[in-house]
Amino acid sequence: MAGYLIRRSLAGLATLLVASFLLFLLVAVSGNPLATLMANPHVSPATIAIARHQLGLDQPLLQRYWTWLTNMLQGNFGTSTTGQPVGPELWSRLGITLRMVIPATIIAAFIAVIVGVVTAVRQYSILDHTLTGFAYLFYSAPVFVIAILLKDFIATDINKAVGHTTLYTIGESTPGVTGAWPTFTNILGHTVLPVITLVLVTYAGWSRYQRASMLDVLNADYVRFARAKGLNPRRVLYVHALRNALIPVVTVVALDFATIIGGAIITEIAFGWNGMGQFLYQGLTGPVSPDTAVVQAWLMITATAVIVFNILADVLYAVLDPRIRLA
Amino acid sequence: MPDTEPGTQAGAQPEFLAAESPRGTVIAAPIPGANVGTEADEMATPSRGQLRMVGRRFVRHKVAMCGAIIFLVLLLGSIIVPIFWPYSYSTITNTIASSPSLAHPFGTDLIGHDMLAQVMAGTLTSMEVALIVAAISTVIGTVVGALAGYYGGIIDQALMRLTDLVLVVPLIAILLVLSSKFSKQADSQLFIALLLALLFWTYLARLIRGTFLSLREREFIEAEHAIGASTWRIILRHMVPNAAGSIVVNATLTVAGAILIEASLSFLGLGIQPPQVDLGSLIAAGEGDATTLPWLFYFPAAFLVLAILVVNFIGDGLRDALDPTQRGR
Repeated sequence: MAGYLIRRSLAGLATLLVASFLLFLLVAVSGNPLATLMANPHVSPATIAIARHQLGLDQPLLQRYWTWLTNMLQGNFGTSTTGQPVGPELWSRLGITLRMVIPATIIAAFIAVIVGVVTAVRQYSILDHTLTGFAYLFYSAPVFVIAILLKDFIATDINKAVGHTTLYTIGESTPGVTGAWPTFTNILGHTVLPVITLVLVTYAGWSRYQRASMLDVLNADYVRFARAKGLNPRRVLYVHALRNALIPVVTVVALDFATIIGGAIITEIAFGWNGMGQFLYQGLTGPVSPDTAVVQAWLMITATAVIVFNILADVLYAVLDPRIRLA
Repeated sequence: MPDTEPGTQAGAQPEFLAAESPRGTVIAAPIPGANVGTEADEMATPSRGQLRMVGRRFVRHKVAMCGAIIFLVLLLGSIIVPIFWPYSYSTITNTIASSPSLAHPFGTDLIGHDMLAQVMAGTLTSMEVALIVAAISTVIGTVVGALAGYYGGIIDQALMRLTDLVLVVPLIAILLVLSSKFSKQADSQLFIALLLALLFWTYLARLIRGTFLSLREREFIEAEHAIGASTWRIILRHMVPNAAGSIVVNATLTVAGAILIEASLSFLGLGIQPPQVDLGSLIAAGEGDATTLPWLFYFPAAFLVLAILVVNFIGDGLRDALDPTQRGR
């Protein structure tokens, strides 16, 4: 196990190193940060030369890559085109994004397990068909469609019914709110809709995994045997079947990390959250874009997280399922 | 009734393996359609007999058949309606912000565009992009997967690490980075389609690799080697047909994934560029007025969700129809 973990981590590091070079190249070729300056007739070539020097663009590509990589390993993510250091901003925005992603992942996994088990146990019932239909619908609905539906139609109706704004549709919190309880309710009011959006698009696929996995286990010999020897059906269901049926789903949740982040990007933009996703988007579409340092840092952080979660998924699988031997 | 229920016989085989979530690294998950071949080589007349059987199963799959019909209606409608409809998607009429009426069944927007014409044009754009993506990425995915699975060893390692790299960052993020440059070019539609195709092949590649790894150990492939058949002949004549099921299902699900991602890009303003419209850009344009002029949101959103939904239905129907473990019917 330890040997496996070490080898996987080393392979992950190698992947990350190659990925870092490709991502660096990707951003380097995807746009010229000086384009806006150069398009402005009032900016002298000397100013452009200074800006180019400040951004390090006068150095050869490989040297730029090396500088960027070594700086990053020391925790320095460079400065954005506005002159702010990228690192601190990135971490504070990561915190905001996690306020959406962590609850959404937990709730989605929870709903997916319940829906998956219910649809598997009551296979072909009306309930199964209804829940399956919803799963298809949410699986097929783009994130932004659900987001607009929630904020422009459902939230406004709810707010009208309540009489005051309880569900906020823009931003992650209202600036200037003080006091522990008001701050908490304010943040909660801002978080509900984005989390629901992310839950709906995420749970659908997972619930189908859970259903298939549960059906697989329910038809297994050891479950039939447990029933045959007269165990309490509930005990068979929850102890013998469900615990084994959870294994594939746990790993799917870990493996779907990149997809969740992808969904979070769009959710953040739709709800005007100033999190990681918005950071990337602003870095790509802002007045001086692309903001190379921001985009590169963003991609590296995400790539690292995805690789870690991939290893985690494999390890979890082995820990949970004694039939799997990692060698 | 069981026709409409996928996922029951294949065990831990979830129906949703759409390209949007190309997580091929799911450990121990069975490879969809990997054993499609078993049926083919046990039968006397493989191609015709199997095709016919698959066709019959698909036609009996009510949800999938409905999906196929709606998909055709959407596709043909978006081609035919603009031919006789008096307004084009770029026509500016004198009726501004009118709710749905006889003259403008989907209403008009704040500039006076006829929404029916716009939604039809948008549907066509989205579908064109998705079909191009499916075609190109299926070819790339099949070639990469076939080479990796057939040769194994170093080539396999190299190609699979390459697919790992594509999966290391959320698809939408890579697309945003690339399209922020390329979508500003002329003919954004083709650029977006090519970009998507270059990123969508990884899931199929893993699938095909798995199938080929097991196929190459089989006796009939060994026999081909023994009689001196060339590599290409073995791959194209003997192995690809055995993986045809996975390829077809995956291509279909790629269409759904591509419509979704392309619309998301366009919604964020980095996809299809004006004057062209697609369903995502129409929703983005109508978003600001969605509360007062809801038809600007409802119609493009409904068409978008419907298009993705029916393609997913078709994909699942095909998967069931191609599954040899299906009880004979």
